Amino acid sequence: MASYKTELELRSGEILKMAWEAVIGLEVHVQLATSSKIFSGASNEYGAPPNENTCEIDLGLPGALPVLNEKAVEMAVRFGCAISAEINEISIFDRKNYFYPDLPKGYQISQFENPIVGKGSITIEDEAGAKKIIGITRAHLEEDAGKSVHDLVEDRTALDLNRTGTPLLEIVSEPDIRSAQEASEYFKQIHNLAKFIGICDGNLAEGSMRCDANVSVRQRGESSLGERTEIKNINSFKFVERAIELEIERQIDVLEDGGEIIRETRLFDPDKDETRSMRSKELSDDYRYFPDPDLLPLVLSQAEIEKIRSELPELPQQRERKYQTKFGLSSYDSKQLSVDRNKSDFFEKLTEASRLPKLSANWVNSNLSSLLNDKGLGFDQSPISPSLLAEVLIRIDNGTISSTSGKTLFRAFCETPSEISEIDDRIDEMGLRQIGGTDGLKDIVLEILKEHPNQLAELLDGKQKVLGFLVGQVMKKTNGTANPKEVNEIIQNEIKKE
Amino acid sequence: MTQTQYTIKALTEALSKGEVSSVELTREALKAARDDSNNCFISLSEEHALRQAQDADLQIKQKAGCFLTGIPMAHKDIFCTKHSTTTCGSKMLKNFAAPYDATVVKKLDDAGMVCIGKTNMDEFAMGSSNESSFFGVVHHPWDFDYVPGGSSGGSAVAVAKGYVPFATGTDTGGSIRQPSAFCGVTGLKPTYGSISRFGMIAFASSLDQAGPIGVSALDVAHLFAFMSGFDKRDSTSAKRQDNWVDSVKSEGFTAQHTPKKIGLPSGPILNMISYQKEFETARRQIESAGHSFIEVDLPNLEHSVPVYYVLASAEASTNLARYDGVRFGHRCSEPKSIEDLYKRSRGEGFGEEVKRRILTGTYTLSVGYFDDYYVKAQKIRRKIFDDFAATFSKVDAIMLPTTPDTAFKLGSLDDDPVSMYQQDLFTVPASLAGIPALSIPCGFHNDLPVGLQLIGPANSEKTILEIACEYQKNTSWHLTRPNSNYVLERF
Repeated sequence: MASYKTELELRSGEILKMAWEAVIGLEVHVQLATSSKIFSGASNEYGAPPNENTCEIDLGLPGALPVLNEKAVEMAVRFGCAISAEINEISIFDRKNYFYPDLPKGYQISQFENPIVGKGSITIEDEAGAKKIIGITRAHLEEDAGKSVHDLVEDRTALDLNRTGTPLLEIVSEPDIRSAQEASEYFKQIHNLAKFIGICDGNLAEGSMRCDANVSVRQRGESSLGERTEIKNINSFKFVERAIELEIERQIDVLEDGGEIIRETRLFDPDKDETRSMRSKELSDDYRYFPDPDLLPLVLSQAEIEKIRSELPELPQQRERKYQTKFGLSSYDSKQLSVDRNKSDFFEKLTEASRLPKLSANWVNSNLSSLLNDKGLGFDQSPISPSLLAEVLIRIDNGTISSTSGKTLFRAFCETPSEISEIDDRIDEMGLRQIGGTDGLKDIVLEILKEHPNQLAELLDGKQKVLGFLVGQVMKKTNGTANPKEVNEIIQNEIKKE
Repeated sequence: MTQTQYTIKALTEALSKGEVSSVELTREALKAARDDSNNCFISLSEEHALRQAQDADLQIKQKAGCFLTGIPMAHKDIFCTKHSTTTCGSKMLKNFAAPYDATVVKKLDDAGMVCIGKTNMDEFAMGSSNESSFFGVVHHPWDFDYVPGGSSGGSAVAVAKGYVPFATGTDTGGSIRQPSAFCGVTGLKPTYGSISRFGMIAFASSLDQAGPIGVSALDVAHLFAFMSGFDKRDSTSAKRQDNWVDSVKSEGFTAQHTPKKIGLPSGPILNMISYQKEFETARRQIESAGHSFIEVDLPNLEHSVPVYYVLASAEASTNLARYDGVRFGHRCSEPKSIEDLYKRSRGEGFGEEVKRRILTGTYTLSVGYFDDYYVKAQKIRRKIFDDFAATFSKVDAIMLPTTPDTAFKLGSLDDDPVSMYQQDLFTVPASLAGIPALSIPCGFHNDLPVGLQLIGPANSEKTILEIACEYQKNTSWHLTRPNSNYVLERF
């Protein structure tokens, strides 16, 4: 297609790039959080001393045979249900044959033509904030390979096979992604969802989730796809975005210089901020896939699938919507509350007990979040239960205690929880009950005004600035139990009298 | 020619009456194995065997044993054993010591059997003559210049020579039945999935099946019962629906006589064998015992051998990828790179026949050939399976020769792998269909033993063993032994 370029376009690289469109597909590898490996009973825990989590099956010893871990199957189905995908009642494990030192059997057990999860989709927000559906072609189960360690023994490569046999769910997207930002957003969505439904710990630094990006560019308006390259093994949201950005720019530069894109595997180097060629893909990869004769076809009944579907929790996007419509929360707060399953569950229990959705949302997103953060705890490990925190919030709301006292009480309950029936005694013991007008608050205010005649004079001159100081003095005197609003009102009334 | 009654049944009786101890039997078996000039064994485990024999004697004394307790036996060196090396007949695994016992090994240990050593075999069970073993050829029990068949050649000869009354074998396309026929012993390839493959070094996973090689069909029935059973460590292992196996284990096997309808293949296929007269005699003997024969059509039989070699080689090519010199097995000296390590370790560690099959299998699985070879072969395999299923709606069992001819001379097929592969013509069909097949001795041709094969539908071991037991009651071919220094003649 010959395209006419204006002088302006030729002068401006930016506008020139507008003529191009990127087409991106992602393959996300999710390590499933099972306690044992996908085909053996060895532990799947991260961080054990090298080669400790291996058995004869992982090591590929002669005569050892794979036995499928049902938990991994259940997790794959759970994911499939969460993206409203077709779950295949019959799926088949194949051998993907290649030699590599970290692949003990000389083949990887994977699923090729008949994956366990078929077509589904995920909704993301594009750059403009609009909802966009990204199709998922399939998701299949496979085993992870081990690791070659190059810096342990001088001049030699060492092998750590602990990762061998870790269950992976490889999620393959349709080439529906159009920008690096969308790709990163999609990766994030998969990450959040996988964590949310409890199939992955989501720890990117430990390699719990990695992705390969297939990138091609084409002239805008063109319907056929350009030649693509594959960037392998990217393990952070930032890197996905940067690697794809760089690759799109590189491909456009090559094409605009009259060059050709070669189908190849590329590596992203964050230190040099570039992608570079790993190997040409043309004919070198013949994995000789064929059904693994050691494993029977995996057969799932509709009843088994439906059972897993019915046990699926309400998903983040559903919860987000509910928080906005039912509780009237902002879209920001709703999103913040629905990303983490434990956080969301905590919030829902808190709201149910307190009937104060907005206050609950604020507390979960701020006070509780920062406390748990400091302690390095998850929302499922909160030292204060949702029902106890609800009692605190109810008392803030009805004026029994001030917000400040609420925080004091919250910290105290985190240290020593209270029986709900003893909460009011604790409030009194700690002297946190809010002092209102009828409780002599006015006397205290008058006292303060008397103690600070200069500030009072300034206030009478119309310098509203000192009002805050005076309120603060009252709060100090009452150890924070005064209601600042009331203090304010009393002072204002006194001024009027003067 | 002499006759012996060195069956497990006879030995068990002698043991329980206290006429002989397991330690005595074991010592004699070990001595015979040490003196063996046929090269049956790759390794012997004297101390281990004597320890097991002592335990067995104690059990027998306390009447806590079973039908097999205290009986000396040998394992084909394809079954992983903790107590010794497991070589699979290959230089690649010359020093391999498995950290686990195969399920079959464990089951027979638990039954109180005494393992005296590991028997010779074709390298990685690939061969029909036991000439591909890294540990040297095994000689035929009747004529030293002949092959014993393969790949379970060492096991068949050890039983034929009377060193042990039983040895384990594995059968992928005939590796139990063909050497059993050549050596004049009884060998069963059971229904696929009935005996666990865990710890049994893989050749072609969808075909590999362990089984017993023994003197009589009666012994073999008992051995099968103790070897079989569901194993959660083997995903292709199957649960049996009947309780026949359990009843054999607890009460023993008594062959019932019920007249059976037996199929004989029609057409020219039977004209291809050299021992037609002996085969026909056997047929008439079975008929005179009250069974009836009808002609059956097995139209895809002729395709069995090529289908088998495509599928078995394809599976083997990837099953053997793990032997890369990285973690265990043969490793070349001073590798210059990872590629060099692979090439030389595998080049040096594997023999010619294994390399031929790895190359064939790699080729048939490659892009551009996969559909023409592997996929097509799978389709024909399905047809063969269907042919058998259709036939078994009309008959209880099928009778076939085990081999086209008697044993052949050592080295005579060295340069002709295709003729060697044709040895498997009659054994491969049951392997492809995953159904049980039993080879029993049915006479001699040119002074060498020949065998016939009884094939039944899945899980019909009982049926074919009953026909064979009855035949062996009326004949003595299975008890006929070469005139040599076989042991324990007195039993």
